[in-house]
Amino acid sequence: MRKKGQADAEMLKGTLDMMILRTLVTGDAHGHTIAKVIERTSEDVLEVEQGSLYPALHRLEDRGWVSSYWGASENNRKAKFYRLTARGRKQLVRETTRWRQMTRAIGLVIGDETQTEGGF
Amino acid sequence: MSWFHVFHRKQSDAELQQEIESFLAEEIAENTARGMSPEEARRQARVKLGNAQKVRENLWQQNTVLSLEKLGSDVKYAARTLIRSPGFALIAVAVMALCIGAATSLFTIVRSVLLRPLPFRDPGSLIMVYEHFRSAQSNQDGFNYNVVSPADYYDWRSQTHGFDDMGIWHWWQFNLTGERGELPEVVTAVAGSWNLMHVLGVEPALGRTFNEAEDHPGSDVVILTWSAFQRRFAGNSSIVGRQIHLDGKPYTVVGVLPASFTYPDAKVQVWVPYAAPTSPEFLQYHDHHQSRVIARMRPGISLATAISQVGAVQYREHMENLHAPVAEDVAPRTLIDDLARNVKKPLIILMCAVVCMLLIGCLNVANLLVARSAARQKEVAVRTALGAQRFTLIRQQMTESMLICLAGGGAGVLLSLSATRWLAAAWKELPSTQGIHVDGLVLAFACGLVILAAFAAGLLPAISSTGASVSAALQSSSRTSGGSRPRTALRKGLLTVEIAVTVVLLVGAGLLLKSFLRLQSTSVGCETANTLTLGYSLPARKYDKPEKVNAFNETLLERLRAMPGVRAVALGSVLPGAGYEGDNVFTIPQHPQLKPGADLPFALYRRADPGYFSALRIPLLMGRYFTQQDRGDKTDKIIVSSQLVRQYFPGENPIGMHLHIPAVSSHDFEIIGVVGDTIYQVGKPTKATFYFPVLLGGSDEGLTLAVRTDSDPLAISIPVQKQIASLDPELPVSDVLSLDQVIGDSLLSASFSATIVLAFAVLSLVLACVGLYGVLSYLMTLRMTELGIRIALGAQRQELLRLMLFDGMRPAVFGLGFGLLAGASATQAIASMLYGTKPLDPAVFAVVTGALLLVAVLACLVPAWRASRLDPMEALRAE
Repeated sequence: MRKKGQADAEMLKGTLDMMILRTLVTGDAHGHTIAKVIERTSEDVLEVEQGSLYPALHRLEDRGWVSSYWGASENNRKAKFYRLTARGRKQLVRETTRWRQMTRAIGLVIGDETQTEGGF
Repeated sequence: MSWFHVFHRKQSDAELQQEIESFLAEEIAENTARGMSPEEARRQARVKLGNAQKVRENLWQQNTVLSLEKLGSDVKYAARTLIRSPGFALIAVAVMALCIGAATSLFTIVRSVLLRPLPFRDPGSLIMVYEHFRSAQSNQDGFNYNVVSPADYYDWRSQTHGFDDMGIWHWWQFNLTGERGELPEVVTAVAGSWNLMHVLGVEPALGRTFNEAEDHPGSDVVILTWSAFQRRFAGNSSIVGRQIHLDGKPYTVVGVLPASFTYPDAKVQVWVPYAAPTSPEFLQYHDHHQSRVIARMRPGISLATAISQVGAVQYREHMENLHAPVAEDVAPRTLIDDLARNVKKPLIILMCAVVCMLLIGCLNVANLLVARSAARQKEVAVRTALGAQRFTLIRQQMTESMLICLAGGGAGVLLSLSATRWLAAAWKELPSTQGIHVDGLVLAFACGLVILAAFAAGLLPAISSTGASVSAALQSSSRTSGGSRPRTALRKGLLTVEIAVTVVLLVGAGLLLKSFLRLQSTSVGCETANTLTLGYSLPARKYDKPEKVNAFNETLLERLRAMPGVRAVALGSVLPGAGYEGDNVFTIPQHPQLKPGADLPFALYRRADPGYFSALRIPLLMGRYFTQQDRGDKTDKIIVSSQLVRQYFPGENPIGMHLHIPAVSSHDFEIIGVVGDTIYQVGKPTKATFYFPVLLGGSDEGLTLAVRTDSDPLAISIPVQKQIASLDPELPVSDVLSLDQVIGDSLLSASFSATIVLAFAVLSLVLACVGLYGVLSYLMTLRMTELGIRIALGAQRQELLRLMLFDGMRPAVFGLGFGLLAGASATQAIASMLYGTKPLDPAVFAVVTGALLLVAVLACLVPAWRASRLDPMEALRAE
């Protein structure tokens, strides 16, 4: 997962799964929409590649966090839609909580350092 | 990854493709909406999508059970390669099947005879206790475990406390006669002490065992073994409590032993109390060695302690009976070793031979695989260059050898099922107590063997063939044979080892065979051709006076001699070659008295009728034969063998000398004749023997008839039996055999080891020959271009022939050298099994060397000859 115009920043493992689940909270979506939503919401910082998206979707389906069905897209094309399951919702809560704790902890560490620097 | 996806990967893949299609379409639509031209929109979408194939592959992998998938493809690949060369596959599988089959069969027998616990309670603490004479002379010929005298046993049991308990038994034989006209038969019996079943921990299947009060001379209770119960009494349990007639005397059946109980032998039909067929005097003897003692160890007391107590008692017996053959010491042996005493060594030797053959089989398959991997060298190099991992390549080659070994192992186990049955039936000396059959452990052994063989055969070629550097392998062509030199060296090395092992086997087989031929050609000391033998025993109840016994015997002899086709008839106790049976000690009154405690002279005890020696053509050396006048229990004439004269009357005239034989009579016997030596068992040295007249008239003793005929002796067996039945319809006969069969029985074990080891050795020779041929053909292919150039440059064809022959013969000669050295040390181990053959017999070594060289030359000649016939143009063009 490379970033446009950014330094090589590998998305943290597991964060893609979390973001996919988050995207599906607002409603069922197919692969293309999911990728677009992630890109748009992240203000085009994150770009989702096919190579990660589809394996991730299949993984989530295997774990029972999403279910899938074939439907028609906005442009009336046949597309595979994904839906968040109850277990997926729980998983999302778990992951989000963990993510928040993690970013807060990291923020604390980083924040302290900037303050010390600011002190000079 | 879920199992659903594993089994529906195709479907998942199709769905994914559709999904990607729809993604692409959405992206194109979006790009067009942004105002791109259709082509640009498509291009951008493609760029964004990246490599769709890669996505599919990733997902496919994700849905795959890694090892299973790889194993499947490996097996498929290996099977295809094998099918492409069916000749190779067939040979390899056949070799492995033979090797694994033979190994499994022998292991089944080794397991059943040497390893499986006996069907008794806590069999590990059961010990056989024998008397042991300390002098070196008594210990030669394997007599260091001497059977026990009854009085010694009673003293051991009452005066020592180191063992939990001791039981005793001895062989017996009865005439079993029916009450309602069933045919009479001779049954093998064991007389065992009342506590013996308790010592062994065996419960009867029906009824009870003996009690102490029943263990006295003249006791009339009997226990049936399961086989007699089923065969003679149709498994009818009402037989318990009824009577059967043994030697014309009624015995009450008190119990039936379980089917699993076949100790000491499967032939045993009835058990009686130890003292039952004996007399009160018999039980007092310290010098009447004929019984076997089984002791159960007492928990917490070591065998050494218990045995030293028994030994102390025995030493006292010895000191109190200095003029009788009473041993100074005792010797223990575990029950399982005791049962396997005759087969342990041959089994171990056969097992070694089988291991050698298995090794040769593995080496051969390895050698064939090396040849094939050489042929596939380029394929391996290309695959390595394309990124195949070395481990994958090794795994693939291992799968190949694993397939060969699995197929061979499967066929081998099937083969061994029938081979084991045949072996168990044909090898009469195998103890049957534990039962011989294939069980889980044997199958596990076979599986282990298969895996071991697969690794041994596959790993070496696999590692060697994949190790080469890619560029070297790709560059090397058949024009430059330099790149494959290590591989050639490996093949030659394997071949050398193979030939060395073959030579060891050949030497062993050659020695056993020569020893067997020697055994077969030993003269028994009498005429054996066209001679019918059969045994009978006149029961004392009916034949209570010597006159009655003599009347029966003389009438029978007279009638048989009058039969047409009968040349001569002999009646004695034990025929030459029919076994040791019994001996007696004696003293010579005319000689100075021996020091107390010195080894007493002894000789085998035999009886003979007046016509015995002439009928069997045993030569009379001095004096005369018995006559009709040497009869009745007052007779004091005996005939001795020339061995006895050589041993105890050197330089004296034995005729007229007297022998004092306390176990036979209180009066002295006068030597009236000296006859030629006969041997009691083929392969054993001659023993001093004395002959007493049959017309002494004793009953209850086994007698053997020998009827010499004009033609096939067995054809006359029915008329002879009819003559006996006409004299006494209740008298059964036993062991109706020709004398050659009697002697052949004792050769069986020797012929067994010799034949089987020889079969292995010949097979190994063929395998080594195939290996040699293979290596040389391969070398020739490698050097085809070089040979072509040589011929083109004017090399003589003879020279080429010599060159190739020399190349092929080198591993053969090295292998031969190593093999002869190894064989020379290995044969020391079988020295004790050889008869009249030295372990370093030069003839055997010479024949083995000659045979191997001859076979090696033949194997090398074909490829070498082909090499010398090469057409240079064709050889150079072939590339």
